Amino acid sequence: MTRMIGEQDYTTVAQDLLARASKQGATAADVMVADGETLSVQVRMGAVDRLTKAREKRMGLRVFFGQRSASASTSDFSRDSLDRFVQEICALAQAVVEDPVSGLPERGQLATEFPELHIHDATKLQTDEQIALALRAERAAFAADSRITNSEGGECDSSSGRIILANSHGFLGQYANSSFSLSVSPIASDAAGMQRDYWYGVNRTFAKLESPEAIGQEATRRTVRKLGARKVATCRVPVIFDPEVAGSLLSHLCSALSGYALYKGASFLIGQLGQQIAPDFVTIYDDGRMPGGLGTRPFDGEGLPTRKQAVVERGRLMSYLLDTYSGKKLGLPSTGNAARSIGESPSAGPTNFYMVPGTTRPEDILASVKQGLYVTDLIGFGINMVTGDYSRGASGFWIENGELAYPVEEITIASNLKQMYSTMETIGSDLVFRGRIASPTVKIAEMMVAGN
Amino acid sequence: MSNNESGALARFGVTDRDIEQALGRVKVSAVDYADLYFEYCQSESVSMEEGIVKRATKSVGQGVGVRATAGEKTGFAYSDELTPKDLNIAADTARYIANSVQGTAPVPVTHRPALVRNLYPHDRATIEVATRDRVTLLNAIDAEARRYDPRIKNVMAAYNTEYKVMLVATSDGLMVGDIQPLSRLQVTCIAEENGNRQVGTFGGGGRIGLDYFQNDQRYLRFAREAAREAILNLSAVDAPAGVMPVVLGGGWPGILLHEAIGHGLEADFNRKKTSAFSNLMGKKVASDVCTIVDDGTLPFRRGSLNVDDEGTPTSRTVLIEKGILRGYITDKLNARLMGIPVTGNGRRESYQSVVLPRMTNTFMLAGESDPQDIIKSVKKGLYAVSFGGGQVDITNGKFVFSASEAYLIEDGKITRPVKGATLIGSGPDILKQVSMVGHDLKLDEGIGTCGKEGQSVPVGVGLPTIRIDEITVGGTKA
Repeated sequence: MTRMIGEQDYTTVAQDLLARASKQGATAADVMVADGETLSVQVRMGAVDRLTKAREKRMGLRVFFGQRSASASTSDFSRDSLDRFVQEICALAQAVVEDPVSGLPERGQLATEFPELHIHDATKLQTDEQIALALRAERAAFAADSRITNSEGGECDSSSGRIILANSHGFLGQYANSSFSLSVSPIASDAAGMQRDYWYGVNRTFAKLESPEAIGQEATRRTVRKLGARKVATCRVPVIFDPEVAGSLLSHLCSALSGYALYKGASFLIGQLGQQIAPDFVTIYDDGRMPGGLGTRPFDGEGLPTRKQAVVERGRLMSYLLDTYSGKKLGLPSTGNAARSIGESPSAGPTNFYMVPGTTRPEDILASVKQGLYVTDLIGFGINMVTGDYSRGASGFWIENGELAYPVEEITIASNLKQMYSTMETIGSDLVFRGRIASPTVKIAEMMVAGN
Repeated sequence: MSNNESGALARFGVTDRDIEQALGRVKVSAVDYADLYFEYCQSESVSMEEGIVKRATKSVGQGVGVRATAGEKTGFAYSDELTPKDLNIAADTARYIANSVQGTAPVPVTHRPALVRNLYPHDRATIEVATRDRVTLLNAIDAEARRYDPRIKNVMAAYNTEYKVMLVATSDGLMVGDIQPLSRLQVTCIAEENGNRQVGTFGGGGRIGLDYFQNDQRYLRFAREAAREAILNLSAVDAPAGVMPVVLGGGWPGILLHEAIGHGLEADFNRKKTSAFSNLMGKKVASDVCTIVDDGTLPFRRGSLNVDDEGTPTSRTVLIEKGILRGYITDKLNARLMGIPVTGNGRRESYQSVVLPRMTNTFMLAGESDPQDIIKSVKKGLYAVSFGGGQVDITNGKFVFSASEAYLIEDGKITRPVKGATLIGSGPDILKQVSMVGHDLKLDEGIGTCGKEGQSVPVGVGLPTIRIDEITVGGTKA
């Protein structure tokens, strides 16, 4: 996991930067260095459309002068530039106001063990191999149904990178990770018009990526079933979220559980810790140590060890997502959820965040609905994190007598996220990780559907 | 510093010879077009919350993107190092799509037009404002918002600036540079009363400096507007659900045009025939009262550019004229493949991303109706004046955008404020529902950021007050 993937040892660069900050009078500092390379291949209609290749590096430094602090980042690692860089950020820190809560985590909280988490696969794909994979996925999509007449293309990306974090408490940690992804977006058409959907696979280990044929066929299945979609009348009905869109409900929960949203008063979950926010069959975990997970890492953006924790247990809210700063603001310890963009102060976010599957098969959930909506796509940003008010554009299928009757589009679904979580009726058995956030099928008792 | 290529070239530390050789290396006979895009970008952000300015960040980046196009294919590589060696590696990678050995004859870059205009002349000092001046501004915003109403419990504000220097050299022999400043001030207020908490936001900016916000104490108006919206939402009732007439106010509600029309008219989607607007050129797609343009030439506007990222001067492109579809938004690649004019809309987020046809400032021209008459014409409907984000599915044409400040119209009068709701419609149909257009064209405050293929670029929108006879409103009240 700690093997070097670049020729330069950036750990010495990181430590050099900490020394320079200290020389400028900084009382504490931390530095994050990231480097990586990416090869992205896009094909369309059986031919290469776009090739993108890049190697990049970036460094971010945060300095403290007592309780004043500032952050900066640069891609210029030359000695002269670094001198100026450190000087400027130190000046910046001294221009802002003291914040009594600011500071690095305590020394004793920092990670000391770095277990193997299977997030780096050294497989190097050749450009032609990636082209072939993308072409196979697109070809499979076309072959699966004659109504596929066009395509937004297939894409195969590979990337690998390394993160180094060091701070003035003497912490030095690094890890490498990799990612391989394959996707295709076919377009189906009939007399009524065109529909597009897509499907994808993503994994940290190349050998575990789904086959291009499986991805292409699933993309086509999802696309052609949308043909002939229509509006439905405005009504209040049960709504089933397929796993892809159910994941978005978990994302909204993450935003509301972020310590930053909470202490600013910008979350609908303020004061809910320890309260029942969902029925007792709802349990949600955040697990930063899941082997091979897309959100897995040995330590968080401040150097604290990641861990597995219940966020919601039997419907009760057990934990927020906190870093050191937002935790202090709320009078709570960090949960090891510091997220960090290079050159920014930490924020708080999920690692691998998922809802524990139930025992009901998705088809049985469908069968429980006499009239309702099965949602497969959501668009728009109609979510108010302060109030939980929810109103988004949706498409999917109308359910009649427990079966998908016909595709629907140009409708909205609306409710309030608090209400939606507390009226979850059934959780499916179909949990699959396809990202950092994953959910099984979810049925919500009732939402307002706006259409004709 | 003037907005021309000589200053920019010196900054990047590359010579004419380096550029001409790298272009020569990539522009082999199988390559139709190649370009090198150099960029230096410095951005700074200072933010305030809980009455104190506690965060300051600064980011500096520079690099070069090398691109080659052959037929429909694009090869692209970028580097954050600018040595001749790195330029050549990037050139070789971009050329990979042409399956060809490297070129040896340098491409002379002889056409170096001076900018015919500078849409955003600036004093660099007003962009790279001293941190203490930013702090003063944000503190005053906090005080103003809290003074507006004691129910304002938290004020968050951020002042962001960007100073970008770009230089593009193309295989057509063109070399042109530009300096593109960008500033934005954003205020968010949270109001609370008896356990009811609501949010209000307001922001604006453009290719301008600090003086813009200081003029007439504009920054204090931003604070009051954010506070006003939060307080207003304390008394908002549930939004209605279903199909009804909707009146959109002027300015930012122009996001309707961006989502419903603009994206669907970007040339790449139409070349690939994946847009709901494919094959509708010359056809009626809107009512007679609708004329819509994309205009990158408006002085100081957030979406404006002297030249696009391929060195083409921006222009005013008529997209829809009196209801008839007239034009697409193009970059060089798609214009060449479609045999249509280049409109100066080739844009990229940074040297790390490829050029795509993108909007600049998109708006509807003023009509003849009195805005008051438009509201009076509605018996029962919605009046929406401010929006959050929007999104569109290019292929089936369905778009959404979400109101953050809206009111019920009852018997021709604006009555109660309603909670935010998403509006959904179909791009090729919605403008046929526009029956009245006000004489009050307003451009937005300068807050828009458009996302496409993972790339964000600043854009503007504008709209007069309009009446849409029928659109689906996604409220919670039957």
